[in-house]
Amino acid sequence: MSSATHSQTASPGDVIETPLGPTRSRFQQFWVLFRRNSLAVSGLAIFGLFFFTAVVGLLVTSGTQPLLDPAQVRLQEKLKPPLSRPNLDTLRPGEVPPLGVYLFGTDNLGRDVFARMLQGAWVSLTVGFVAVGISVVIGIFLGGIAGYFGQAAIRVDHMLPAFLLLFGVAAWIAGAKGSAIVLMGLGSGVVIVSIAAQKIWRKRPMPVFLNALRFPVLTADTLIMRLVDIMLCFPSFFLILTVVALLPASLYNIMIVIGLTSWMGTTRFVRAEFLSLREQDFVLAARALGIRTYRIIFRQMMPNAIAPVLVSATIGIASAILTEAGLSFLGFGVPPPHATWGNILSGGKDFIFDAPWLTFVPGIAILIVVLSFNLFGEGLRDALNPKLRERH
Amino acid sequence: MISFIGRSAVQKMITLFFVSIVSFLIIHLAPGKPSQVDPMNPKFTPEMVERFRSEFHLDKPLTIQYLYFYRDLFTGRTVSWKDNQSVLLKIWERFLNSLPLFIVGTILTWTLSFPVGIRSALQRGGNFDRSSTFLAYLLISIPGFFFAYVLIIFVVTQFQVPVIGMETFGIGSTSPMTRFMDRIWHLLLPSVLGATAGIAVLSRYVRSQMLEVEGQDYVRTARAKGLPPDQVHYKHALRNALLPFVTMFGLILPGLIGGSVITESIFSWPGMGRMAYEAILARDYPVILTVNFISAVLVLIGTFISDLLYLVVDPRIRL
Repeated sequence: MSSATHSQTASPGDVIETPLGPTRSRFQQFWVLFRRNSLAVSGLAIFGLFFFTAVVGLLVTSGTQPLLDPAQVRLQEKLKPPLSRPNLDTLRPGEVPPLGVYLFGTDNLGRDVFARMLQGAWVSLTVGFVAVGISVVIGIFLGGIAGYFGQAAIRVDHMLPAFLLLFGVAAWIAGAKGSAIVLMGLGSGVVIVSIAAQKIWRKRPMPVFLNALRFPVLTADTLIMRLVDIMLCFPSFFLILTVVALLPASLYNIMIVIGLTSWMGTTRFVRAEFLSLREQDFVLAARALGIRTYRIIFRQMMPNAIAPVLVSATIGIASAILTEAGLSFLGFGVPPPHATWGNILSGGKDFIFDAPWLTFVPGIAILIVVLSFNLFGEGLRDALNPKLRERH
Repeated sequence: MISFIGRSAVQKMITLFFVSIVSFLIIHLAPGKPSQVDPMNPKFTPEMVERFRSEFHLDKPLTIQYLYFYRDLFTGRTVSWKDNQSVLLKIWERFLNSLPLFIVGTILTWTLSFPVGIRSALQRGGNFDRSSTFLAYLLISIPGFFFAYVLIIFVVTQFQVPVIGMETFGIGSTSPMTRFMDRIWHLLLPSVLGATAGIAVLSRYVRSQMLEVEGQDYVRTARAKGLPPDQVHYKHALRNALLPFVTMFGLILPGLIGGSVITESIFSWPGMGRMAYEAILARDYPVILTVNFISAVLVLIGTFISDLLYLVVDPRIRL
């Protein structure tokens, strides 16, 4: 990194007094590294194209009078191969496809596969982003707590009411209103007692039975990491399938369930980063300056911890798209007639020899999109890797 | 060592306890009742529903149901709500069907990914490395169900062999040789499918491990001594690169019960995954919960074994 660009205002003999920062910003450094990886750049380009397609698809296929109607059934035109022209004699004026050609053919009900693919693109995009968004938010929150406040002890008077209230809410949902009220009452009782005890015995030593309430059970770090262990015990696709099958069919349920079952990796990354960052001098300096804790966490530490999160989020989007496609292939998720790439493929499985385009069009689309996210994510990982940054 | 085993066992028991509670709550707090699986069935009178509910303790509070369920599970008396058969027996039968898939898939994964990974590490940046990297990404990204159909179309049109199910219908009377070949053909596609993602991930992992070890000082020293390259790569580098993979033997254990739902339903393979899928559709809670519980046990045992193996093979780790 040369300082030539910075000294353009100073005349040759001058001593530069202001300290020089790096000439290239963090993002420029990243971009220089990222550009070398042609696979990753093409992944980014395909991702851009996919985003554009999904937005256009949403605009074109939604509303009461869509430009391309994905639900238009034309039984006389069923299983037409790609690029075939509609038979205008048998179609009513409203049924004629506006493009004048079936770009990706038609399915067994004569619906235009191109329109259905456009409609399904938006589903894949939103599922990928919302599910990963949920898991990243949970992961950063829990990982941040475990890494930064990890050593803070959780005492009996924290645990007890939390459990009582939790079981109370669970009992309320299960329908046992009476025991729910008792449990919640007990929980708030413990909270009041422990707060009151703290006020009364602030100076004097506490009696033994109240001191037992302040017994440290475990640390926040232990609690969160055990929670991660518990979640990792579930076979993930099976768990998602179970929950989605038991809940009413909706796109939002799928997003939430995928998000709630995939935050463990992010939590671990963020915790590990925070554990090492917390000991570093710049955090100590920030603390010595009296900066508030949440500002230290979000302004000072988070930008340094975000790289592995970004990478795992990108790859997480890919796997969320795959999971959603798998679920709608099995017949769960977005209720028909709304098209998703998974259910177009699953609808075509009875015709794999007669109408292979019903398998190949959505299959290759999913493959390309997932591949682009994976390649982009790996490229990010390389470009954000500090070891590589020094070398180049 | 003993204290490590003891501590870890206690920790895993606690985890298992919470897993059992969470899975029980997830299933039972979901909307809908198992006693209303088929409201359109005219034989399903209110008296029947009532009998069903009292028979399976569904009229009791959740805590009692939880205790009943796990008491039955540990004494082996859990029965399926659908056909009143013993759940453990059902799982055992399906497990035997899934086992060949698992074994062939695992063998394929472990025998293919090591040579590929080692070769692409040794020829870093070369043609083989680049194409195998791209192929690995392709295999990770391809949706299993799509790949299954591509393989089915390919195999059926090229070789004219049936691939659906565990064996061709009505083959029982032919010669043992034909039957054996038939089984192999039916086994091939689902196990290849089960292995694809594993091959891709594992070969990448082997490559990165190998690259890391090749950069170590002792490998440079070995090379500087003038040892032949083969000896450097395979004796000095590979041995150390293999270390993390020993521990992965423990982690393949959960795959035993996993049984891919999608692969098994495409190939009509009567294995674990499909049984679980059918149980979910029929809201057969005992089966769902038992599968969940057993797989959690296997995950915990697997991590335990891998920790132990790490302790044994890596002398740098002292507890």
